[in-house]
Amino acid sequence: MNAETAHAAPTGPSRSDIDQTLRAILRDVLGLDQAQVDGFDADTGLFGHLPELDSMAVAGLLTEMEDRLDIVIEDEDVDGEMLETYSGLLAFAEAKVVES
Amino acid sequence: MYVTWPCPLPDGTSGEEMALCFEQRRSRRLLVIPPLFDEANKFRHQLSEIMRRLDEGGVDCFLPDLPGCNESMAPLQAQTLAGWRQAVGAAAAHFGAAHVLAVRSGCWLVPDDMPAALYAPAKPAQVLRNMLRARVLAARETGHPETAEALLDDARSNGIVLAGWQLGAELVGELETAVYDPSPRHRVVEQAELGGRPLWLRAENDFDAAQADTLAAIVMAEMAER
Repeated sequence: MNAETAHAAPTGPSRSDIDQTLRAILRDVLGLDQAQVDGFDADTGLFGHLPELDSMAVAGLLTEMEDRLDIVIEDEDVDGEMLETYSGLLAFAEAKVVES
Repeated sequence: MYVTWPCPLPDGTSGEEMALCFEQRRSRRLLVIPPLFDEANKFRHQLSEIMRRLDEGGVDCFLPDLPGCNESMAPLQAQTLAGWRQAVGAAAAHFGAAHVLAVRSGCWLVPDDMPAALYAPAKPAQVLRNMLRARVLAARETGHPETAEALLDDARSNGIVLAGWQLGAELVGELETAVYDPSPRHRVVEQAELGGRPLWLRAENDFDAAQADTLAAIVMAEMAER
């Protein structure tokens, strides 16, 4: 987290909080251990790359993001790009948290 | 072991459903209500693990198939929350169970006047929204996009197939509008109390022995108190 972000959103979760929450959700949905999700980098492929991440699992992932990050995700917000890599999903989550 | 039990039908007659039972004619008797839809499959193994522990702890337990669910021959699209509540009441009476353990969406079906442990109760509107979302995502993948709004609008009159589950119009209406608040008589057990990760979130089914131990111990302590 840098000072600029903390200043921009003094009451919301920090970028690193969002990152940790997102990794925890993926850990729970995919049944990975913490070390594996800690190893996710910006280019780690998600939807379309992980066979267990089908539409039902993605729906569960998005619903859990709404719950744990206190955001609302409209279906039209969801596109292939945001789900394709870890960095895409993280950027989407950060934007939603700022919006909320 | 598996047995059959007489399940009331909406027309007043009675059908036959199956139940998984650990029965040794003991005085402590527990009815187990599984989650509905997708989570029923995700939780089946864990429920049998929990029941095994309860059995070892001296509790007879009964996991009935509700009409339209699991091995039931009844059509899912004809079922409603109200009908399932009636089935749960009948199952409790049939098996002589005085206590209930319900999981996730199964918590909606527990009679208010029965002592119960409710494990991580789900919200009806969220369960419906999740299934709608899965369908919208899958449709987009096939290149024939649909919107949740239009699907829901049609489902209110005609029912809908969501993630492979055929929901009747009445059930859609119940899920959309039901506000679920656990009765103060019931003991709510949230996931944090069990530790570990919520199994209903898992893309692939799994079970967790430590969580089963903890939940079975909580249920037995509750039954001992009442």
